Amino acid sequence: MEKQGIIIMTNGPVVKARGIREFAMHEMVYVGEMRLMGEIIRIDEDEATIQVYEDTQGLKAGEPVFGRGEPLSIALGPGLLGNIFDGVGRPLGALYEKGGIFIPRGIKVPEIDTEKTWELEPEVKVGDIATSGTVIATIKETPLVSHKVMVPPGLEGEFTFVLPKGTFKADVTVAKVRDSRGQEIEIPMVQRWPVRVPRPCRQHLAPKEPLITGQRVIDGFFPIAKGGVAAIPGGFGTGKTVTQHQLAKWSEATVVVYIGCGERGNEMTDVLEEFPELEDPRSGRPLMERTILVANTSNMPVAAREASIYTGITMAEYYRDMGYDVAVMADSTSRWAEALREISGRMEEIPAEEGFPAYLPSRLAEFYERAGRVVTLNGDMGSVTIIGAVSPPGGDFTEPVTRHTKRFVRCFWALDKSLANARHFPAINWVDSYSEYVGEVEDWFSLNVDTGWSELRKRAKDLLAEDERIQQVVRLVGEDVLPDSERLIAFTSYLIKNGYLQQGAFGPDSFSPPSKGFAILSLIMHFYDRASALIRQGVPFSLLRGGDAVANLAHLKELSSEELEAQLPKIREKLDAFMEKTGSERLAARGR
Amino acid sequence: MPLVDHVGVDQIYGPFVLLKGASDVGFGELAQIRMKNGDHRLGQVVLNGEDATLVQVFSGTSDLVPETTAVRFLGRPLEMKLSPALIGRVFSGLGEPRDDCGPVYSAYSRDVNGSPLNPMARVYPRNFIQTGISAIDVLATLIRGQKLPIFSGNGLPHNRLAVQIANQSQLVGEENFAVVFAGIGVKRDDAAYFMEELFEKGRTKNMVVFLNLADDPVIERIATPRFALTVGEYLAFELNMHVLVIMTDITNYCEALREVGVAKGEVPSRKGYPGYLYSDLASLYERAGVLKGIQGSLTQIPILTMPNDDITHPIPDLTGFITEGQIVLSRELDSRGIYPPIDVLASLSRLMKDGIGKGYTREDHPDLASQLYASYSRVQDVRALASVIGEDELSQIDISYMDFGKSFENTFIKQSYDEDRDISESLDIGWKLLKMLPRNELTRISKEEADARLK
Repeated sequence: MEKQGIIIMTNGPVVKARGIREFAMHEMVYVGEMRLMGEIIRIDEDEATIQVYEDTQGLKAGEPVFGRGEPLSIALGPGLLGNIFDGVGRPLGALYEKGGIFIPRGIKVPEIDTEKTWELEPEVKVGDIATSGTVIATIKETPLVSHKVMVPPGLEGEFTFVLPKGTFKADVTVAKVRDSRGQEIEIPMVQRWPVRVPRPCRQHLAPKEPLITGQRVIDGFFPIAKGGVAAIPGGFGTGKTVTQHQLAKWSEATVVVYIGCGERGNEMTDVLEEFPELEDPRSGRPLMERTILVANTSNMPVAAREASIYTGITMAEYYRDMGYDVAVMADSTSRWAEALREISGRMEEIPAEEGFPAYLPSRLAEFYERAGRVVTLNGDMGSVTIIGAVSPPGGDFTEPVTRHTKRFVRCFWALDKSLANARHFPAINWVDSYSEYVGEVEDWFSLNVDTGWSELRKRAKDLLAEDERIQQVVRLVGEDVLPDSERLIAFTSYLIKNGYLQQGAFGPDSFSPPSKGFAILSLIMHFYDRASALIRQGVPFSLLRGGDAVANLAHLKELSSEELEAQLPKIREKLDAFMEKTGSERLAARGR
Repeated sequence: MPLVDHVGVDQIYGPFVLLKGASDVGFGELAQIRMKNGDHRLGQVVLNGEDATLVQVFSGTSDLVPETTAVRFLGRPLEMKLSPALIGRVFSGLGEPRDDCGPVYSAYSRDVNGSPLNPMARVYPRNFIQTGISAIDVLATLIRGQKLPIFSGNGLPHNRLAVQIANQSQLVGEENFAVVFAGIGVKRDDAAYFMEELFEKGRTKNMVVFLNLADDPVIERIATPRFALTVGEYLAFELNMHVLVIMTDITNYCEALREVGVAKGEVPSRKGYPGYLYSDLASLYERAGVLKGIQGSLTQIPILTMPNDDITHPIPDLTGFITEGQIVLSRELDSRGIYPPIDVLASLSRLMKDGIGKGYTREDHPDLASQLYASYSRVQDVRALASVIGEDELSQIDISYMDFGKSFENTFIKQSYDEDRDISESLDIGWKLLKMLPRNELTRISKEEADARLK
């Protein structure tokens, strides 16, 4: 018989129930006759507070509450990739087929499509040793990703049955294991995992390799490591979502989990329509084949918004355990924090800063700490990288969510309203942003891009910092009074900003491999070196900025990386020739 | 089951009555509060416990006598009766007829709170709507199915702009176009203005109006936009019409929410507004879009007046995070006599990128828009510099930016109230203005485009 309690009070998404002494904290429950999904979040003697993941309209006191006997869990198995789920892991496609354009309440659909069949290739045989994470079989889930069915964490023993090669639906038992107590345990293809519990791994490793994102300002200036954590804060209209979409599209991860947390419905539709059309630059396959979407749009119930972050990260950890590099985009963590605040307010908890509950920082820490590069239970290597968008009210970075997020991330890409207003995208401010991973990924860049990578990055950043100071002077007295050496710095910075940092979200420039960025930046810095030498010899700056070869530096990014590579020697030659000519003519004229 | 009257209430405070002993009451259920003299008011259950039920009374609790007030629970949520006969009607903020045409008869009704749309059911909006206003069409393009608010301030011509958009939108003229207007706490004059301009002078007869006037009960304001959107959804998704919903003024709506929240004793968040303001606003704004397999569409233009013109105030701030862009009006442009006073740098349309260019507007549109933004943004820097060192000291390039800025405001942004510019015309004005700037300043335009357009 199901455990049962009764509702005694309803207040928006928060319901109180009595008669729940047999229920566990954080147990999943069905609320009311409609069986709305909910979770127990507080127990006080015989009364439980339940947050409900669906609209509670019409709930009456006296209606029953049923226990599910497990904490909030999602189903993990083949069929996650290319799919879209709501905040509690229900597939929206199946909900649409069954429920129509609106999401009806209390609707139940299987979380993993059990009709679809999969080609199963066993990797073990009867009599083999089974330990946590042992790969039992592989399934080609999509052409991009092969799915590994694993022994669930905590189970060890000997295989007594292994499903032979063949085509199966997802509801089969793939293997049986006899554990040390002699019990035979069935391992299903689809396994459940409680979302609030991090999936275990053997060991956490320090980050070492960068996660190439194809965005020059990130890869070149503020790189993120595989297994790292980054935050993108920015007020509305600064391009947070476009930047997140760019990262989801072009990041060099095997699997991307995109969590749309409390954001716009049309944005999710955009991803749904666009990703199947876009090609992965490395394999030429549709990007959707490596993407999982978790969508809890702003008008869906607030409690499910709180859960969506955990649903997404659990899916990510599942693919990490198969030995893949997974990137999680959470857009936006502020909406999640606000969901916490809303629930906390309904529970009448004492608020800390700006109405947020006092446990906000610890929840943030718990979430970001689920990132990392790890040795998986089966000895493979995998990583989860988290990139969280933050939407500070009024674009004010001193508000609690941004401030606390800063404590737990090592990479901070500050979006800037004034850059966005000038339509400089990605609007990542090069002064306020930072990455602590630079030291850790330097070796990779010297080995794979160019040995001069860190030196070049440092020089370009110093130049921009110097420019910042010069611009303050310009704002006060105009450009004309600057000495030529400073005007050169201002002009070179202009080239770096327009020709390097700025990058279109569409067209050939939307994915820029590190080699392309390096080539552009080294040409710009090459120009700077030659020009400053000439200026020291007395050549006026105004002559140097005029040539086509110089103006062209701002347009190199429009070439694809192959074109740029092919034309690079010629471009450099033309630039040198121009500098040579200008310099010698001028010096000759003076000498006369 | 017969409806039972619960006679006698235990507490009356603010807009609430609390009664004990009512059972079988659903959360959010509609209630009728009946007074001894036979009058009745509508209310809604906002908290229901085992032994106490809290009812929020829409038209206020004045004159209620605890001993004789009876509450009858109607067993249904707040609903709107729907039928094609709604078109042309005027209703109160609570969906009751405000004209003299009698009640709407229909067996079909829907919960005004709506349900969340499944993102799978949506189609990404891509159809450009020509508003005939250059600053909007070129720089903050309105797309069918978009929610694009106007951020305004007291005394700025936002009503006029909304009317111009409604009248000039090229949706108009199509038989199946309708405007749903929700006046939330609006002044009588404003209401009359909208009615006259849209209904009598306007080009559409398909209009449904919901009016909650400034002196109507505050609590009703919470329901008004929901009624309007329910009708909007019905017309768009069931009768396949292209619907434009204009809601003004969202600021009044938020004030009402705050008032109720504080009265309920909720823990307030920023500036005393309830912590769920974001979710609540989203439940309105997200009711827009285009759906798979359905001809109609719902486009929203909410209008809000920014308190003290502060765009970081919670109301515009949270709105901006939900809506797909914003059109910001500038007091400075307005004081210089420029209509429409659209602050193009602060304005934005997020859906624009996929609804302009080849096949939608004109192929040169995206780059031109980007260049105009960039150049006009530079104008602001130059102006700031000029105010320090004086215009005479500016360099030649900076002077051309000053001239560009002036012409941009006077020929591109400025247009008359009934001037309906074609998109090509607007784009051409843009190109003409760019000719005022040196070619090498135009970094957003490809060389080929510059050669072709800037002859």
